[in-house]
Amino acid sequence: MDFATFLIQLLNSVQYGLLLFMLAAGLTLIFGIMGVVNLAHGSFYMLGAYLGYSLSGQFGSLTLAILGGAALAVVFGLVLEWLLFRHFYHRDHLDQVLLTFGLIYIFEELRSILWGDDVHGVAIPKLLDWSIPLTDTLSYPVYRLFISGVCIALAVALYLLISKTRLGMKIRAGAFNRDMAESLGVNIKLIHAIVFALGVGLAAVAGMVAAPVSSVYPNMGSSVLIMCFVVVVIGGIGSVRGALIAALLVGFVDTFGKVLLPQVAGMLVYMLMAAVLLWKPEGLFKQ
Amino acid sequence: MTTRRLVISRSAALVGAASTGLLLPSIVRAQSGKVRVGFMLPYTGTFAQLGVAIENGVRLAIDQQGGKLGGREIEWFKVDDESEPSKGVENASKLVQRDKVDVLIGTVHSGVQMGIQKVARDTGVLNLIPNAGVHAATRALCAPNVFRTSFSNSQPTLALGKAMVEKGHKKAVWITWKYAAGDEAFEGFKESYTKAGGTIVKELGLPFPNVEFQALLTEIAALKPDAVACFFAGGGAAKFIKDYAAAGLKDKIPLYGSGFLTEGVLDAAGPAADGIITTMHYSDSLDTPRNKQFRLEYAKAFRSQPDVYAVQGYDTGLLLVHGANAVKGDLSAKPAVIKAMESAVIDSPRGKWTMSKSHNPVQDIYLRRVENKENKVIGVAAKALADSGAGCRMG
Repeated sequence: MDFATFLIQLLNSVQYGLLLFMLAAGLTLIFGIMGVVNLAHGSFYMLGAYLGYSLSGQFGSLTLAILGGAALAVVFGLVLEWLLFRHFYHRDHLDQVLLTFGLIYIFEELRSILWGDDVHGVAIPKLLDWSIPLTDTLSYPVYRLFISGVCIALAVALYLLISKTRLGMKIRAGAFNRDMAESLGVNIKLIHAIVFALGVGLAAVAGMVAAPVSSVYPNMGSSVLIMCFVVVVIGGIGSVRGALIAALLVGFVDTFGKVLLPQVAGMLVYMLMAAVLLWKPEGLFKQ
Repeated sequence: MTTRRLVISRSAALVGAASTGLLLPSIVRAQSGKVRVGFMLPYTGTFAQLGVAIENGVRLAIDQQGGKLGGREIEWFKVDDESEPSKGVENASKLVQRDKVDVLIGTVHSGVQMGIQKVARDTGVLNLIPNAGVHAATRALCAPNVFRTSFSNSQPTLALGKAMVEKGHKKAVWITWKYAAGDEAFEGFKESYTKAGGTIVKELGLPFPNVEFQALLTEIAALKPDAVACFFAGGGAAKFIKDYAAAGLKDKIPLYGSGFLTEGVLDAAGPAADGIITTMHYSDSLDTPRNKQFRLEYAKAFRSQPDVYAVQGYDTGLLLVHGANAVKGDLSAKPAVIKAMESAVIDSPRGKWTMSKSHNPVQDIYLRRVENKENKVIGVAAKALADSGAGCRMG
């Protein structure tokens, strides 16, 4: 593998890793702060992608679709939290797993009713539909840089929100000691609703920006969900920083695995997980 | 446990045998009059359109015989198999045991076919496969009462390799989804390409139905092979064609594939597909009187254009007519029906074809090139090509 190829594959793996991070961050936040195992997280990714597909068709612009879609997804997340999830914070993990597993089926059926079972493509916006040539055959698509850019921007925003703002302080306090925070006047119910909606929003935006490169298709949420759990487990459950490192690691192993060892590429990520768990049973950055 | 399973499987075989007429004197069945034909096809989900096209094709072939089989009226039965492998055995049993069909026509999805295959082998019901290309159906798990009218997964690619070498492409990269159909397509390509003197530089794969091709396209660009050969189908195929062009590879490294790459996706893929060469047992644009006549009649009957799946359904109908005519519609005379079908020459829109020993079509494979959203036939890649039928032993 020459340097240009290596560079492009590195960019590919970073882009994939950052996308996984957007999903895993929501998953790990919802688990770390509320203690909810959310198997339906991948469905939010799928819904985001389908929303992006419909909205970009409506508006004719992906930027508007992303902004509108993100707002819709956040509202959807708030309603879902209010209707269902808040009743499950104190329940057994098994109850939560059953609830969210059921939700996967409901979302798939909804998706089937609303959008049908076809595979759809989403057009890359004109402005971003070009490539940077590197050698005579190799070039890197600008849209993928855009995906990485959106992910980095959101990751920075998430970091600032949690570590620098008053809201973030309350989120951290609630995660650390729920009862103490509550008796100090923190509205934990509201905090939970916000965190949940944030997680849903991140997953949906990930689905929307990924739609042009990954297509939009039934059951797209489940394969991504498995990858997300791998990332969360490797990174350490509840750790956003761990999720970032693990997502980049998984992106790297998956991308280079596909190219260098295509016969066993499907297994490599799980072998990585097994290796990490042998070395650090709690994940890389257990809080 | 063993005895219970034994009891269940024996009684299942008994019920099945009874339902297909093995235990009844043929005169009793003959008096019941109508031929019972069961469709087990996908009518919902991703493959719904394929199911409808196949059923249309079967009905067209039988309507051309006055709507009868061997002079007898037909009673139709339908089960939506939902392309759901886990329900394959259950759905096939419904048709065989509840509806007591004389013949089961199905299906599209290879996984579901494995369920039908089990029921067909257990009960002896006549099964005509109008699409599923899974090798086992006419290889290790072949059966005298199971006939395929479509293709085996490695049949199109078995003709592809030689055609590529003849065009001067000595070094190729192969890329596909890593699942049964992809692996079986590769088997055909590998055999014909290496035999013709080509070298497969690298075999790339990604899990089905993943469509994140970027890393693999980068690798192809870096390897700079003479050509790329692939197996993809459906929505993923359209995406692959577009990504291949978007990565700037379209004009530098020619793209070849099993015909399913360009079947039904040319509208979605647009100009990115122009110039792709594929091998397949049919093409809409096949310039023969037989095909033109078929396309006209199909369009008249169903107000839509037929595709390869409609042709496969049509051929299934022709085969059934052939078998039924030999026994005047008494499909319970199974050995005679099977013998007639084995020796049938099907005058298909795709060209005349016959049954191989393992009950898979021996057929011409065409070389097609995409021009303006059409698969133009540019030649015959292989005459009378048969699947090896390796491992098939019929009693």
